[in-house]
Amino acid sequence: MSRMRVDQELCILCGQCVEACPFNGVEIRDDAVVFTESCRLCRVCVKACPVSAIWLEKSEPVSTVDKEQYKGVLVFAEQRQGSVQPVTYELIGKGLELAGKLGEQVCVYLAGSNLSSQAEDLLYYGVDRVYLYDHPLLERFRIEPYTSLMVELIDQIKPNIILMGATPVGRSLAPRVAARLRTGLTADCTLLDVKPNGDLVQTRPAFGGDVMAQIVTPRHRPQMATVRYKVMPAAERISNPHGEVVRCPVDERFLQSGIEILGFKPHEAASSITDAEVIVAAGRGIGKPEGLELLGELAGLLGGVVGVTRPLVEQGWADYTQQIGMSGRTVRPKLYIACGISGAIQHVAGMRGSEVIFAINTDPHAPIFDTAHYGLVGDLYEIVPALIEAIKKGGSFDAVFQAG
Amino acid sequence: MIDAKVGGGEVHFIVCIKQVPEGTEVEIDEEKGILKREGVESKLNVYDAYALEAAVRLKEQYGGTVTVISMGPPQAAAVIREAYTLGADEGYLLSDRAFAGADTLATSYTLSEAIRRLPPFDLIFCGMQTTDGDTAQVGPGIAELLSLPHASYVTKIHELAGDGIIVDTDMGDGIETLKIKLPCLLTCTKEVNEPRLPSYKLKKATRGKKITIWDSKALSGANAAYFGLSGSPTQVERIFPPPRGRDKEMWEGSPEELGRRFYHKLKELKFV
Repeated sequence: MSRMRVDQELCILCGQCVEACPFNGVEIRDDAVVFTESCRLCRVCVKACPVSAIWLEKSEPVSTVDKEQYKGVLVFAEQRQGSVQPVTYELIGKGLELAGKLGEQVCVYLAGSNLSSQAEDLLYYGVDRVYLYDHPLLERFRIEPYTSLMVELIDQIKPNIILMGATPVGRSLAPRVAARLRTGLTADCTLLDVKPNGDLVQTRPAFGGDVMAQIVTPRHRPQMATVRYKVMPAAERISNPHGEVVRCPVDERFLQSGIEILGFKPHEAASSITDAEVIVAAGRGIGKPEGLELLGELAGLLGGVVGVTRPLVEQGWADYTQQIGMSGRTVRPKLYIACGISGAIQHVAGMRGSEVIFAINTDPHAPIFDTAHYGLVGDLYEIVPALIEAIKKGGSFDAVFQAG
Repeated sequence: MIDAKVGGGEVHFIVCIKQVPEGTEVEIDEEKGILKREGVESKLNVYDAYALEAAVRLKEQYGGTVTVISMGPPQAAAVIREAYTLGADEGYLLSDRAFAGADTLATSYTLSEAIRRLPPFDLIFCGMQTTDGDTAQVGPGIAELLSLPHASYVTKIHELAGDGIIVDTDMGDGIETLKIKLPCLLTCTKEVNEPRLPSYKLKKATRGKKITIWDSKALSGANAAYFGLSGSPTQVERIFPPPRGRDKEMWEGSPEELGRRFYHKLKELKFV
């Protein structure tokens, strides 16, 4: 069992560890630093301690796999209704970068029915091999066959890194594959890099999105990560692909499933904020649900949609399909206007890729201004109406001029 | 190994719940790169309330028992007590220092081993994710370790039908209606229902109700090397404040000035 240890001789009882602990897991009792049951071994205190009196005592080292046996990157190509989902090209782009650093290959796992042309097309993104599992019973995603076939492929090709989209399908499939392989999986990575020894360095917001955590999988292979749509740039299409499609036999035993698909009703396309080019986003600073109407008017004038932060969804003011941030959607619009948003990482991680960011906040020190390109200090209930008026006047300027 | 009992007796629903910190307001000490969380309050993970409500409603409709299970420090018993006021019948807390520092795999493993030691069940409910981890990995992880089919992002529960349950799930591009064989695991979104408020009557009635605490010894037979930090393949190497600072312009002035300036900038950038 691992535990935190304190060198009571070195300890000066300054209390920095107590203050730093996010979980109330350390206390000072009878002039000694004591770790309580709430300690989660996060090691924030190790860094906080000015005299280096705290360390993590790890239990007996667990054996490490032979990392040399695992090479290359495997990307899960998710298809819905036969079309490869766009996050796949972003994963391939990142996969090529990581594999390039190690001089290794990028392969793709694609399962479905009648997907020959889709498999060939994936080669145009520069991958080395597309492993295609083509069978009528694989047409729609069902968790057991997709898991078993992927695990079979991984056992055969032993990839070092596996990248999957943090989509509903990816977030359902990845943890099952990871659990069956008993390996590490990191959700919603915002940065990925690789060390010369092949260790994947995964960065994601942690502890509810207040801090960034750098996570590694030091003793296990393969190393698995999910990445959200629109977080990483997509691979470029090339004209002379060098890769090949490998048609894999589908073992009938793996097609068993306890799930029967009775029906499917597509979402209305317009409801997606992920694809919007202009987003006007509301945070807790709007103070009342009516504020959403004002921002809706602005969004309408700019041909955009309204997005919100998590607290607004939790209060029932907006639907979770409008939620932007780690626990909602990630967006990369051309224009993002943040209104009354303080700028918790939780939220910022979901919108920092936007091309132009404006932020309106009454607090000049709000962290959102660190992410914005243009920061407007003031009350959104005054600035937004002024902007709306200017847009309306601007748009009808010629008409007004002629009439006058 | 695990037999569904629908139609053949009382239905057993298990709900996995977690205590999470309330709110996400923290300060970051830039120099040391650590976080300070002032006066942390804890609460039931919001999605777990929907999972619990789903189980309680099925119990009310079909009869049966709802068991809640959580892993955490001793004070996490508070969320089990809360679950009692929302209709849960039995509560188990997995609490042991050996479980600390668990990543999603070690958490899934510990919960799945505990569930194996509970009476046979028909359905396991989880929230779609927690608000402190946001990974959505533990539910599917438990399903895998118990060899159960599962559906994530359940938006509607239609009915128990024969040897299965019919549900709607959000697949991102649309809603799929599935029939899943029991026993199975479902993770719930906020669309699935409207959770009830805690019942004062139940609060009074369950005040002294037992919460069973299980430590690692209670899970004897499980592989202790798979618990906690040492059983976690992923390790946090470093925690740091988010990257900050980019070229930005700060505008101050009267709202009218700011509104006009905003408009001209949008025009310059060709958004209007």
